[in-house]
Amino acid sequence: MNSYGLTDRSYPSKPTDVYLFATCLIDQFTPQAGLDTVKLLEREGIRVHYPEQQTCCGQPAHSSGYPDEARSVALAQLNLFIEPWPVVVPSGSCGGMMRTHYPHLFADDPELHAKAMALADRIYELSEFLVHVVNFNHEDIGEACTIALHTSCHARRQMGVHETSAALLDSLDKVQVKEQARIEECCGFGGTFALLYPDISEAIATDKVASIKNTGASCVVSADCGCLLNISGRSAKQDELSGCKQPSLPGEHLASFLWRRTNGGAA
Amino acid sequence: MNKVVHLHPMDDFKARSKAVLDNAGQRKNFRGAMDFLQAKRRAQFPDQDEMQGLRELGASIRRYSLAHLPRLLEQLEANLTANGVQVHWAQNGPEANAIALKIAQRVDAKRIIKGKSMVSEEVGFNHFMEAAGIEAFESDMGEYIVQLAGEAPSHIIMPAIHKTKQEIAQLFAEEIPGVAYTEDVDALIQIGRRVLRRKFAEADIGLSGVNFTVAETGTLCLVENEGNGRMCTTVPKVHIAITGIEKVVEKLEHVPPLLSLLTRSATGQAVTTYVNMISGPRRPDEKDGPQEVHLILLDNGRTQAYADDELRATLQCIRCGACMNHCPVYARIGGHAYGTTYPGPIGSIISPHMLGLDTTFPLAFASTLCGACSEVCPVKIPITDILVRLRNEAQARPETEEATLRGSGAARTLAASTAWGMWAQVYSKSGLYKLASWFMSRGRALSPSEQGAWTRSRTPLVPASKRLRDLMKDHKS
Ligand code: SF4
Repeated sequence: MNSYGLTDRSYPSKPTDVYLFATCLIDQFTPQAGLDTVKLLEREGIRVHYPEQQTCCGQPAHSSGYPDEARSVALAQLNLFIEPWPVVVPSGSCGGMMRTHYPHLFADDPELHAKAMALADRIYELSEFLVHVVNFNHEDIGEACTIALHTSCHARRQMGVHETSAALLDSLDKVQVKEQARIEECCGFGGTFALLYPDISEAIATDKVASIKNTGASCVVSADCGCLLNISGRSAKQDELSGCKQPSLPGEHLASFLWRRTNGGAA
Repeated sequence: MNKVVHLHPMDDFKARSKAVLDNAGQRKNFRGAMDFLQAKRRAQFPDQDEMQGLRELGASIRRYSLAHLPRLLEQLEANLTANGVQVHWAQNGPEANAIALKIAQRVDAKRIIKGKSMVSEEVGFNHFMEAAGIEAFESDMGEYIVQLAGEAPSHIIMPAIHKTKQEIAQLFAEEIPGVAYTEDVDALIQIGRRVLRRKFAEADIGLSGVNFTVAETGTLCLVENEGNGRMCTTVPKVHIAITGIEKVVEKLEHVPPLLSLLTRSATGQAVTTYVNMISGPRRPDEKDGPQEVHLILLDNGRTQAYADDELRATLQCIRCGACMNHCPVYARIGGHAYGTTYPGPIGSIISPHMLGLDTTFPLAFASTLCGACSEVCPVKIPITDILVRLRNEAQARPETEEATLRGSGAARTLAASTAWGMWAQVYSKSGLYKLASWFMSRGRALSPSEQGAWTRSRTPLVPASKRLRDLMKDHKS
């Protein structure tokens, strides 16, 4: 059982269909990660359904202390996943919101609560799904490289899936994953925290960038866009200030990295 | 003890944090100490299953105790009284101090020697006594150091964790007559000990905290490593213990699991050097021990937490400090920046009940909600969920049923609540969202290069030229 009271879950066998909840950050800022998620799943012979009306899981309002606003946004997602298919989320943070907080958000409405519980049960973080349901196993055809992995705090502690991203990277023969110091520590993003307490957030992010760079990794991979935008955005800002032209620590979403490494560059 | 620092108002929390962030020496101290304490704790829990089982047990003991709090407190008072301990109830800090002062005046006390007690910090005991002309002297080495420096503890277990060896050496050389500067830690401890020895002998009253009170037996349980706790509770002729009402457990058998969780989580020790179980004053046939033992039971806002189903879990706390040792924010800004007696995650969730949410709400927002605290908490307090609840309360509509705590609604602003209302409109109506996100990606060239706090430390966020929903259309066709 993790600190959020989630017990070890049992996994279904590979389904014919899944839903994709792609998150608002991916939709707007790193859509390629969403598309690569689709490709990874389709390659396994799974039909991916992307309900077009999806927007955001509601977490920004939830963690900022606006429960009514979070609830109305969550409610808009609750009705989009009608078939009993798994819902794959390429973000441990948004997945964690739907899996652990949706049931609480609708606690006072039996009907909605039942719906939220049923949905929570079908939420899978991408790496979790690829390892436990799909049995991801593909040849690594990229160049040898050294990278670092950052697992989001919500993937780690809320979803309890910190081992699966590592396992996926481990399955790639020519990828060496270097472990940074204090690997379990937060990157300092925390949603609106980064805006409310910019100095503290910057200090944490700076340390995270330094610990990753110290490993000699050429890029940082994460299954969460929020952390990636924070870590590589912080590094890029430092590059800018020091006049460094090439990004010294580019970030890549796990989905894109996996697809690139196992697809030979074909579209 | 002349430099008195009053830490209170929250308005300069940011300024205090910034001062530590800019102080490379302090940053290094905290980081080093946190790494050390984390490693010590980790070494104590090699077996995950054992740890989770023990945490579950610890949490259920604490939940049970709180579920029966009124009955257990009555039982505790009855059994302590039967054992000859005088029990006093204090609703707030001033009441607690007044009770202690009355005892001190009755026995004509001039000097009080203190064991480590965060509750005495909470009520401002030392300053109060000094104002009344009574010396209150700290005997825990860390507390002694911060008292000598005129500061407050920066950590609930390691009060002087913000100080380097050199700073302590300097402090001793300046403040203790006849002491030469030395960085030899053993020598420093010897110097402190010599001062304290004399103080123990001179003191009229010993004041201590309590880790657990046991209702069934009327026992005060106190753990420590320096032996000063035992001295404070046995040498002076009067012993006054002070603690919060929530520390009670029903049975003696409830103590060992909590003790094990406490010492392993706090200092990474299997057990502390001293475990004191105090069940009354000196009996007629005994040669030593205090002639009077008092227990002051303090509320100070705890009943507000108790009254709320969700916030009651806050009172499960056994004050081990593990949450602050693992907090990325505490590790960067240290304890003083919080401006409260209890810093770190536990401070952020308990202080609103003691001081009001109106002055402490910035602390509830000063967390990334990473959950490291909830993960290590030995009694499984859902700290991040409580932080979110306090954020809700801070922005609740005042004088509605949303606002249930002292100071609820204090953080609510029209600008923010309107903005979030609009946000919810856009994100709960897919038509509006599609339109808004379409404009964002079409207008990406116009994305501002200055994005407030974000771009002070990071490159700007630029929307992609095609949203995922656009890419999906191309992909399907
Ligand atoms: S909240 Fe938990 S981790 Fe923090 S001091 Fe209390 S018992 Fe320890």
